[in-house]
Amino acid sequence: MTLQHYLVISAILFTLGIFAVLTRRNAISILMGIELILNSCNLNFAAFSRFMTPPEDISGQIIAIFGIVLAAAEAAVFLAIILAIYREFGSIRPNEVDTLRG
Amino acid sequence: MEFTLKTFIFYGFALMTIASALVVVTVRNIVHAAFSLMVTLFGVAGLYVFLQADFLAATQVIVYVGGILVLILFGVMMTSGHFEMPTHVKSHAERGQILLGGVVSLALLMLLLTVIANTPAWKNLTDDGTELPPTTERIGELILNGQFLLPFEVVSVLLLVALIGAALISRKEVRD
Repeated sequence: MTLQHYLVISAILFTLGIFAVLTRRNAISILMGIELILNSCNLNFAAFSRFMTPPEDISGQIIAIFGIVLAAAEAAVFLAIILAIYREFGSIRPNEVDTLRG
Repeated sequence: MEFTLKTFIFYGFALMTIASALVVVTVRNIVHAAFSLMVTLFGVAGLYVFLQADFLAATQVIVYVGGILVLILFGVMMTSGHFEMPTHVKSHAERGQILLGGVVSLALLMLLLTVIANTPAWKNLTDDGTELPPTTERIGELILNGQFLLPFEVVSVLLLVALIGAALISRKEVRD
Protein backbone atom coordinates (compact mmCIF):
# COMPACT_ATOMS: atom_id res chain seq x y z
CA MET A 1 0.00 0.00 0.00
CA THR A 2 1.30 3.43 -0.91
CA LEU A 3 0.36 6.85 0.35
CA GLN A 4 -1.54 7.47 -2.88
CA HIS A 5 -3.93 4.59 -2.19
CA TYR A 6 -5.11 6.30 0.99
CA LEU A 7 -5.23 9.73 -0.67
CA VAL A 8 -7.42 8.42 -3.50
CA ILE A 9 -9.86 6.77 -1.06
CA SER A 10 -9.97 9.98 0.94
CA ALA A 11 -10.53 12.10 -2.19
CA ILE A 12 -13.48 9.91 -3.22
CA LEU A 13 -15.02 10.14 0.27
CA PHE A 14 -14.57 13.92 0.22
CA THR A 15 -16.22 14.26 -3.19
CA LEU A 16 -19.17 12.09 -2.18
CA GLY A 17 -19.62 14.24 0.93
CA ILE A 18 -19.59 17.43 -1.17
CA PHE A 19 -22.14 15.85 -3.52
CA ALA A 20 -24.43 15.00 -0.58
CA VAL A 21 -24.16 18.53 0.83
CA LEU A 22 -24.94 20.07 -2.57
CA THR A 23 -27.86 17.89 -3.62
CA ARG A 24 -29.67 16.54 -0.54
CA ARG A 25 -32.99 18.09 0.45
CA ASN A 26 -32.97 16.93 4.06
CA ALA A 27 -30.87 18.48 6.81
CA ILE A 28 -29.95 15.11 8.35
CA SER A 29 -28.68 13.82 5.00
CA ILE A 30 -26.57 16.97 4.74
CA LEU A 31 -25.14 16.17 8.19
CA MET A 32 -24.19 12.71 6.91
CA GLY A 33 -22.35 14.36 4.00
CA ILE A 34 -20.46 16.59 6.42
CA GLU A 35 -19.47 13.52 8.46
CA LEU A 36 -18.09 11.91 5.28
CA ILE A 37 -16.00 15.03 4.59
CA LEU A 38 -14.63 15.09 8.16
CA ASN A 39 -13.78 11.38 7.92
CA SER A 40 -11.82 11.95 4.71
CA CYS A 41 -9.85 14.74 6.43
CA ASN A 42 -9.00 12.51 9.40
CA LEU A 43 -7.95 9.70 7.06
CA ASN A 44 -5.60 12.14 5.31
CA PHE A 45 -4.06 13.23 8.61
CA ALA A 46 -3.43 9.62 9.66
CA ALA A 47 -2.01 8.67 6.23
CA PHE A 48 0.40 11.62 6.07
CA SER A 49 1.44 10.90 9.66
CA ARG A 50 2.29 7.31 8.69
CA PHE A 51 4.13 8.01 5.43
CA MET A 52 5.64 11.49 5.58
CA THR A 53 7.03 11.63 9.12
CA PRO A 54 9.39 9.35 11.06
CA PRO A 55 7.51 6.43 12.65
CA GLU A 56 7.90 7.69 16.21
CA ASP A 57 6.18 10.99 15.32
CA ILE A 58 2.42 10.51 15.71
CA SER A 59 1.22 14.12 15.90
CA GLY A 60 -0.93 13.58 12.79
CA GLN A 61 -2.91 10.90 14.60
CA ILE A 62 -3.47 13.25 17.55
CA ILE A 63 -4.79 15.94 15.18
CA ALA A 64 -7.16 13.30 13.78
CA ILE A 65 -8.40 12.53 17.31
CA PHE A 66 -9.07 16.24 17.85
CA GLY A 67 -10.93 16.17 14.53
CA ILE A 68 -13.16 13.36 15.81
CA VAL A 69 -13.88 15.39 18.97
CA LEU A 70 -14.81 18.43 16.88
CA ALA A 71 -17.06 16.27 14.68
CA ALA A 72 -18.88 15.01 17.78
CA ALA A 73 -19.43 18.53 19.09
CA GLU A 74 -20.57 19.68 15.65
CA ALA A 75 -23.06 16.81 15.31
CA ALA A 76 -24.57 17.55 18.74
CA VAL A 77 -25.10 21.25 17.99
CA PHE A 78 -26.32 20.52 14.44
CA LEU A 79 -28.99 18.11 15.68
CA ALA A 80 -30.06 20.52 18.42
CA ILE A 81 -30.56 23.22 15.77
CA ILE A 82 -32.48 20.73 13.59
CA LEU A 83 -34.81 19.90 16.50
CA ALA A 84 -35.43 23.59 17.17
CA ILE A 85 -36.12 24.22 13.46
CA TYR A 86 -38.47 21.25 13.31
CA ARG A 87 -40.42 22.55 16.28
CA GLU A 88 -40.67 25.99 14.66
CA PHE A 89 -41.37 25.09 11.02
CA GLY A 90 -42.62 21.48 11.15
CA SER A 91 -40.07 20.52 8.51
CA ILE A 92 -36.31 20.08 8.15
CA ARG A 93 -36.09 20.74 4.43
CA PRO A 94 -33.57 23.58 4.18
CA ASN A 95 -35.38 25.41 1.38
CA GLU A 96 -38.57 25.74 3.47
CA VAL A 97 -36.74 27.59 6.22
CA ASP A 98 -36.63 31.06 4.71
CA THR A 99 -37.48 33.57 7.43
CA LEU A 100 -34.38 35.61 6.62
CA ARG A 101 -35.11 35.68 2.88
CA GLY A 102 -35.74 39.24 1.73
CA MET B 1 3.23 -5.17 -5.66
CA GLU B 2 2.43 -8.81 -5.01
CA PHE B 3 -1.07 -9.78 -4.00
CA THR B 4 -0.87 -11.10 -0.48
CA LEU B 5 -3.72 -11.62 1.95
CA LYS B 6 -2.95 -8.19 3.42
CA THR B 7 -3.45 -6.29 0.17
CA PHE B 8 -6.60 -8.31 -0.46
CA ILE B 9 -8.05 -7.24 2.90
CA PHE B 10 -6.94 -3.65 2.28
CA TYR B 11 -8.81 -3.51 -1.02
CA GLY B 12 -11.81 -5.11 0.70
CA PHE B 13 -11.90 -2.31 3.28
CA ALA B 14 -11.39 0.35 0.59
CA LEU B 15 -14.22 -1.07 -1.53
CA MET B 16 -16.49 -1.38 1.51
CA THR B 17 -15.85 2.26 2.47
CA ILE B 18 -16.42 3.71 -0.99
CA ALA B 19 -19.42 1.56 -1.93
CA SER B 20 -21.28 2.27 1.32
CA ALA B 21 -20.46 6.00 1.06
CA LEU B 22 -22.00 5.91 -2.42
CA VAL B 23 -25.14 4.36 -0.91
CA VAL B 24 -25.19 7.08 1.79
CA VAL B 25 -25.35 9.87 -0.78
CA THR B 26 -27.79 8.24 -3.21
CA VAL B 27 -30.41 6.20 -1.32
CA ARG B 28 -33.71 7.95 -0.58
CA ASN B 29 -34.55 6.34 2.75
CA ILE B 30 -32.73 8.22 5.54
CA VAL B 31 -32.60 5.21 7.89
CA HIS B 32 -30.94 3.12 5.18
CA ALA B 33 -28.48 5.95 4.60
CA ALA B 34 -27.66 6.06 8.34
CA PHE B 35 -26.99 2.32 8.49
CA SER B 36 -24.86 2.56 5.36
CA LEU B 37 -22.93 5.36 7.03
CA MET B 38 -22.16 2.90 9.82
CA VAL B 39 -20.49 0.57 7.28
CA THR B 40 -18.48 3.51 5.93
CA LEU B 41 -17.28 4.44 9.42
CA PHE B 42 -16.25 0.84 10.14
CA GLY B 43 -14.37 0.78 6.82
CA VAL B 44 -12.45 3.94 7.72
CA ALA B 45 -11.64 2.37 11.11
CA GLY B 46 -10.22 -0.63 9.23
CA LEU B 47 -8.06 1.70 7.13
CA TYR B 48 -6.76 3.26 10.37
CA VAL B 49 -5.73 -0.22 11.48
CA PHE B 50 -3.77 -0.58 8.24
CA LEU B 51 -2.05 2.73 9.03
CA GLN B 52 -1.08 1.23 12.42
CA ALA B 53 -3.15 3.84 14.24
CA ASP B 54 -4.76 1.46 16.74
CA PHE B 55 -5.98 4.06 19.23
CA LEU B 56 -7.45 6.15 16.41
CA ALA B 57 -9.34 3.13 15.06
CA ALA B 58 -10.82 2.37 18.48
CA THR B 59 -11.79 6.03 18.95
CA GLN B 60 -13.41 6.07 15.53
CA VAL B 61 -15.59 3.07 16.36
CA ILE B 62 -16.55 4.28 19.83
CA VAL B 63 -17.23 7.94 19.05
CA TYR B 64 -18.66 7.70 15.54
CA VAL B 65 -20.53 4.41 15.58
CA GLY B 66 -21.42 4.52 19.26
CA GLY B 67 -22.12 8.22 19.55
CA ILE B 68 -22.68 10.28 16.42
CA LEU B 69 -24.59 7.58 14.53
CA VAL B 70 -26.99 7.02 17.45
CA LEU B 71 -27.45 10.79 17.61
CA ILE B 72 -28.28 10.88 13.88
CA LEU B 73 -30.81 8.06 14.26
CA PHE B 74 -32.43 9.91 17.19
CA GLY B 75 -32.61 13.00 14.99
CA VAL B 76 -34.31 11.01 12.23
CA MET B 77 -36.82 9.54 14.68
CA MET B 78 -37.70 12.86 16.30
CA THR B 79 -38.06 14.95 13.17
CA SER B 80 -39.80 12.86 10.52
CA GLY B 81 -42.87 10.76 11.09
CA HIS B 82 -42.36 9.37 7.61
CA PHE B 83 -38.84 8.09 6.98
CA GLU B 84 -39.12 8.20 3.20
CA MET B 85 -38.38 11.38 1.40
CA PRO B 86 -41.19 12.21 -1.02
CA THR B 87 -40.80 9.92 -4.01
CA HIS B 88 -43.00 11.78 -6.46
CA VAL B 89 -41.60 12.88 -9.79
CA LYS B 90 -38.57 15.07 -9.36
CA SER B 91 -39.16 18.71 -10.05
CA HIS B 92 -37.19 20.54 -12.71
CA ALA B 93 -35.18 22.47 -10.11
CA GLU B 94 -34.35 19.28 -8.22
CA ARG B 95 -33.00 17.56 -11.32
CA GLY B 96 -30.98 20.65 -12.17
CA GLN B 97 -29.55 20.68 -8.64
CA ILE B 98 -28.48 17.04 -8.88
CA LEU B 99 -26.90 17.66 -12.31
CA LEU B 100 -25.05 20.75 -11.09
CA GLY B 101 -23.91 19.03 -7.89
CA GLY B 102 -22.70 16.03 -9.88
CA VAL B 103 -20.71 18.19 -12.29
CA VAL B 104 -19.13 20.20 -9.48
CA SER B 105 -18.18 17.10 -7.46
CA LEU B 106 -16.82 15.28 -10.53
CA ALA B 107 -14.67 18.29 -11.40
CA LEU B 108 -13.44 18.41 -7.80
CA LEU B 109 -12.62 14.69 -7.89
CA MET B 110 -10.67 15.08 -11.15
CA LEU B 111 -8.74 18.01 -9.64
CA LEU B 112 -7.88 16.06 -6.48
CA LEU B 113 -6.84 12.94 -8.41
CA THR B 114 -4.60 15.02 -10.69
CA VAL B 115 -2.92 16.64 -7.70
CA ILE B 116 -2.48 13.26 -5.97
CA ALA B 117 -1.00 11.64 -9.09
CA ASN B 118 1.38 14.48 -9.93
CA THR B 119 2.83 15.68 -6.62
CA PRO B 120 6.46 14.48 -6.64
CA ALA B 121 6.86 14.37 -2.84
CA TRP B 122 3.97 11.89 -2.48
CA LYS B 123 5.25 9.34 -4.99
CA ASN B 124 6.77 5.98 -4.14
CA LEU B 125 6.03 6.13 -0.43
CA THR B 126 5.35 2.47 0.30
CA ASP B 127 4.30 0.86 3.54
CA ASP B 128 7.25 -1.41 4.27
CA GLY B 129 5.20 -3.46 6.69
CA THR B 130 7.37 -2.94 9.75
CA GLU B 131 5.32 -3.26 12.91
CA LEU B 132 5.28 -0.18 15.09
CA PRO B 133 4.70 -0.28 18.86
CA PRO B 134 1.15 0.51 20.06
CA THR B 135 0.39 4.21 19.98
CA THR B 136 -1.85 4.57 23.04
CA GLU B 137 0.90 5.25 25.56
CA ARG B 138 2.63 7.85 23.39
CA ILE B 139 -0.67 9.59 22.61
CA GLY B 140 -1.47 9.84 26.32
CA GLU B 141 2.04 11.16 26.99
CA LEU B 142 1.77 13.81 24.24
CA ILE B 143 -1.74 14.93 25.20
CA LEU B 144 -1.36 15.09 28.98
CA ASN B 145 2.32 15.86 29.35
CA GLY B 146 3.57 17.17 26.06
CA GLN B 147 3.09 19.58 23.23
CA PHE B 148 -0.67 18.92 22.88
CA LEU B 149 -1.66 19.83 26.45
CA LEU B 150 -3.06 23.25 25.52
CA PRO B 151 -5.20 22.03 22.56
CA PHE B 152 -6.49 19.23 24.81
CA GLU B 153 -7.67 21.71 27.45
CA VAL B 154 -9.18 24.02 24.82
CA VAL B 155 -11.05 21.11 23.24
CA SER B 156 -12.44 20.07 26.62
CA VAL B 157 -13.82 23.58 27.15
CA LEU B 158 -15.25 23.48 23.61
CA LEU B 159 -17.02 20.20 24.37
CA LEU B 160 -18.55 21.73 27.50
CA VAL B 161 -19.73 24.74 25.49
CA ALA B 162 -21.22 22.50 22.78
CA LEU B 163 -22.97 20.39 25.44
CA ILE B 164 -24.58 23.38 27.18
CA GLY B 165 -25.39 25.04 23.85
CA ALA B 166 -27.06 21.95 22.43
CA ALA B 167 -29.16 21.46 25.57
CA LEU B 168 -30.15 25.14 25.53
CA ILE B 169 -31.08 25.24 21.84
CA SER B 170 -33.11 22.04 21.80
CA ARG B 171 -35.09 22.49 25.05
CA LYS B 172 -38.75 23.35 24.96
CA GLU B 173 -39.72 26.98 25.30
CA VAL B 174 -40.34 27.91 28.92
CA ARG B 175 -43.64 29.73 29.36
CA ASP B 176 -43.53 32.15 32.26
